[in-house]
Amino acid sequence: MNANLSDSSMTLSSMNPGEIATIVSIHTDDALHQRLLAMGFRAGKQIELIRKARFSGPLQVRIGTTDILMRKAEAEKIMVQV
Amino acid sequence: MKRIALLGMPNTGKSTLFNRLTGSASRVGNWPGITVELLSGKILLGGEIVEIIDLPGIYDMHGFSEDEQVVRHFLHENVPDLALVVLNATQIERQLSLILQLKTFNLNMMVLLNMADEAKKLGITIDAAKMTASLGIPIFLLSAKYGNGYPEALQAITKALRFNTPGMPETVRSQLEQDEHIEREMTRILQQTVQIPARLSDNLTTRLDRIMLHPWLGLPIFFGIMYLLFQAIFLFGQPLQVGVNELFGWLRETAIGPLLHNLPAALQGLMLDGVYNGIATVAAFVPLIVLFFLFMAIVEDTGYLSRAAFLMDALMARMGLDGRSFVMLLMGFGCNVPALMGTRVMRSRSLRLLSMLVIPFSLCSARLQVFVFITAALFSPKAAPLVLFSLYLFSFAAAILTALLFKRYYPNNEPFVLELPPYRFPTIRQMLMRGWHEVFQFLQRASKFIVAGVVLVWLLTNLPPSARPASADTWAGILGTWLHPLFAPVGITPDLTIALIFGFVAKEIVIGSLAVIYGLSGQALSGALAQQVDWVQAYSFMLFTLIYTPCLSTIATLRNESNSTGFAWFSIVWSLALAWLLSFMFYQGARALGY
Repeated sequence: MNANLSDSSMTLSSMNPGEIATIVSIHTDDALHQRLLAMGFRAGKQIELIRKARFSGPLQVRIGTTDILMRKAEAEKIMVQV
Repeated sequence: MKRIALLGMPNTGKSTLFNRLTGSASRVGNWPGITVELLSGKILLGGEIVEIIDLPGIYDMHGFSEDEQVVRHFLHENVPDLALVVLNATQIERQLSLILQLKTFNLNMMVLLNMADEAKKLGITIDAAKMTASLGIPIFLLSAKYGNGYPEALQAITKALRFNTPGMPETVRSQLEQDEHIEREMTRILQQTVQIPARLSDNLTTRLDRIMLHPWLGLPIFFGIMYLLFQAIFLFGQPLQVGVNELFGWLRETAIGPLLHNLPAALQGLMLDGVYNGIATVAAFVPLIVLFFLFMAIVEDTGYLSRAAFLMDALMARMGLDGRSFVMLLMGFGCNVPALMGTRVMRSRSLRLLSMLVIPFSLCSARLQVFVFITAALFSPKAAPLVLFSLYLFSFAAAILTALLFKRYYPNNEPFVLELPPYRFPTIRQMLMRGWHEVFQFLQRASKFIVAGVVLVWLLTNLPPSARPASADTWAGILGTWLHPLFAPVGITPDLTIALIFGFVAKEIVIGSLAVIYGLSGQALSGALAQQVDWVQAYSFMLFTLIYTPCLSTIATLRNESNSTGFAWFSIVWSLALAWLLSFMFYQGARALGY
């Protein structure tokens, strides 16, 4: 999963609402990695950041037809490219 | 007996289908190979009794979460005659992987594509016949909610059960390399059979979320909804609770009392004030639990619970809890018992335990009755509302303090990654099912414990037979005197200590017990109370009443939900310690300040 990180790649947590990016790599532990894979998180897939909760709360992202909530801590482990 | 296992991802309507299949005839049971209890039910299919088991929702057959392991171990030890896999038709493009994973196990399998109605609305068309041929597994489109496609599926299940079960291979877990093969298969089948519009239409869910999850309006709307729910449970629940109490009182007067009047007085007291009152205590909770879960079903099934988690998570995460814990904590202000049962929506055990440790500090309606009576007796009409408000603040403070102190002992290692389902209308049937299920479980599990507890307190306050009930000569009185050195530093008199022992059973009977202790009631009791204690003592007593164990029903529920007697004891000991400490600090502080 460790793709070369180019200059334009960043973490999912630093995206802005409404932005669409492509997943580059996922750096979570195995258990969460499995779950994310099953939810549709894969390198090369498009991901849209829908909104962020206030006070550094969770993020709402959309992959395909599925909306997912995740905390910032988890989103920081997912690299994307706009 | 033939066995059907119900499998699928979370949020596929699997449980709705299970309820529809089994009606209300389901039970919780243990299975070989796993430690958690599963729901199962027996139904008549084609002239044969068949058992259906509802397995936990999972995303991945090769995953490592608790639920995924439970499913694998269950399948390993209890090979079903048919695996019924429920998929969400609106998310077919990613749920298909589960089918392909399962296919490698050589199970006798059938697939139900649920929520076909929603998929249709989203413009997703699925060619079931072509998919059946492509997968080599029978596929049925249906809507478990409305029952469309249900008879056809049932017929096919009956037919499928006639086949013999091929042996489940010993090596269930395939290596991760196989997932790549699955990915290719998925693309191939999806390309041939499913068309999904490139971008989903700007549907109702998106538009509703723009308001419900609005950066500024989201939280006020959330609190508004919670307030309304709370009010609704109060509004409908209290008259029902009063009604149930009156019904039991009336039955006692007209039927049970006369029936027992030939028995010796002591035995009569034991039967009426012990056993019968215990049953009445259990019954009084029934309307509250039904109502609570009726409303919870709305919050959960509409998809709002995940949204509440989104809104409140930032705050709750700092306390080691999550957004859903907060919803339950708020609900606890109505009644702790159903709020504790409601924590089942959480997957992580440590998160559930920490939430269950915190919920009993919510100032429930029963405690409010005690506080209203005492503040009216000891405080001026101007000060009374402030006193009540301060107790609510203490309630929140105790919950937050407990969460902060114990969060490191209940580390929540489950990452917070939740699916956000679209808004849906819950059906009346679903709601009623839920209410009935929960009441049934409460009655089944907690009733014996509560009745036994009420009988025990009756014995304590009525023995030895020579003593006047609830007086200082009874065992409870002796216990009160014996505990006096412990309660004197917090300003609680031996009489009030006996009331606290009663309060252990239920806060509803605290004032009643004071009436028995003083031999007075209503205005006279208020007057007597005001003469016996000053406001500092009264407030200290209220603080203690607020923080220590809410009631026996809460303990019974806590024990059953956590499946741990040790945890229930821990909750009792901690709340008693905190109650004493807070009352001590308040009482000694107020006295030191010269009040």
